[in-house]
Amino acid sequence: MSKRILTTPIKDADLESLHIGDIIYLNGYLITGRDDVHQRLIKQNKELPVDLAGLAVFHAGPIMQKIEGTEDKYRVISIGPTTSMRMEKYEKDFIPRTGVKIIVGKGGMGADTAQACKEHKAIHTVFPGGCAVLAAKCVEEVERVEWLDLGMPEAMWVMRVKEFGPLIVSIDTLGNNLFENNKKQFNLRKDLMVEDICQYVDYLG
Amino acid sequence: MKSIGEGLMNRAEQREKFIDIMARFTVYTGKYLPDDVHAKLKELREKEDSALATIVYDAMFEDLKLANELDRPLCQDTGVIQYFVQVGTRFPLINQIEDCLIEAVKKATCLGPLRHNAVEVFDEKNTGNNVGKRIPWIDWEIVPDNDEATIYVYMAGGGCSLPGIAKVLMPLEGYEGVVKMVFDQITSYGINACPPLLVGIGIAGSVEVASKLSKKALLRPIGSKNSNPRGAELEARIEAGLNALKIGPGGLTGENSVMGVHIEEAARHPATIAVGLSTGCWAHRRAVIKINAAMEYETISHKGAKI
Repeated sequence: MSKRILTTPIKDADLESLHIGDIIYLNGYLITGRDDVHQRLIKQNKELPVDLAGLAVFHAGPIMQKIEGTEDKYRVISIGPTTSMRMEKYEKDFIPRTGVKIIVGKGGMGADTAQACKEHKAIHTVFPGGCAVLAAKCVEEVERVEWLDLGMPEAMWVMRVKEFGPLIVSIDTLGNNLFENNKKQFNLRKDLMVEDICQYVDYLG
Repeated sequence: MKSIGEGLMNRAEQREKFIDIMARFTVYTGKYLPDDVHAKLKELREKEDSALATIVYDAMFEDLKLANELDRPLCQDTGVIQYFVQVGTRFPLINQIEDCLIEAVKKATCLGPLRHNAVEVFDEKNTGNNVGKRIPWIDWEIVPDNDEATIYVYMAGGGCSLPGIAKVLMPLEGYEGVVKMVFDQITSYGINACPPLLVGIGIAGSVEVASKLSKKALLRPIGSKNSNPRGAELEARIEAGLNALKIGPGGLTGENSVMGVHIEEAARHPATIAVGLSTGCWAHRRAVIKINAAMEYETISHKGAKI
């Protein structure tokens, strides 16, 4: 099966045929933005220094290393995804405010993000958690960094990537939510398991 | 009486050597998984055949290979550095360990490189060198009549620290309450914390003891058992129960959910059952080194490691 590669700028039509569980790869611009970036834009109402319209945002806090002999050029050492659920509080507002089309992170996001993805034709995808060197290998260049005053993990790193993936679609443009579906299964099984184990834990003589 | 090795080195040289070993070992911890974790992941990978689980395990093992080849931290989140120190009362540098470990972290941050992960509370500033108030975190155990130091390095990543929880149950909630809390937390927060997880549970009389024991449970080698037969049985039941949820690698469903379940306990108050939960992600960066009075070391968690 050939790789399904999306290239920024992303159009709605590129995303509409994707469903949860599909695997895609990304070419083009991927910009990190996590807790503090969301807070600055949505809560503090500060203007983002990077236009994310049609691009992809990466919930990630990388290890970057300054390239010796340069003023402000960096190379990426390790850059895996961070827990997307932390951004749930603001993502529903972040998506329309920025026009971002692809969110890359780890683990699921909630109902508000799914609703925003549906309304504004965006998707949430997961890169395999912890696989930070694998992700770094897909980065062609770190073009620049903004808001470095937030520190290395929270700054906005603007990167050009090639075949960045695998990205597993976890929320599609219909608002389907892979992790929420999985959770329902886990919870059904959980009740049975807890009940079963509890038969054996009355240790009081 | 001084050992031969100690006699050959003065205190300043010992100190320099100790800092160097701990800096390099801390960096190493971020690049290579311990032997037991690596073996367990291999075992769990072989049981998977679904498309998504296969893709995730392939990515994990490719990442481990690349980290090795490119000599880089295998996960970008090299965590807040925690040291669990078991130090003999006659270890020559006993008075300087804290100071040396702070120096080691600064050095490791440059050498690694490690991500900057110490944010001062209230000031909300990242210190940029992984050293901050009470960080690196150091936990002490003093070993009488001994001249060695055994030091656990743990990289407390954000993702795997997020499911952490502790509370004090009323005794009539019983061990049932412990089981329920663990399952509730793993099916909500745990699925996002890079499973397969290592689950650490502490049971005690108050919340700080339970919490600390839950983290110490994560330091035990995978496959080890609680010293009480009932504790060991409960570990096995919770492990089997969590695996039956079929959370899979990355929470994307699969045949298993966890690498293991470890429980550590302290005698409780008659009126309380405190329970703490800590989780380790698949990239469980926990390493153990033993350093003797001559500053010779043995890497216990990573046999034959060249640091």
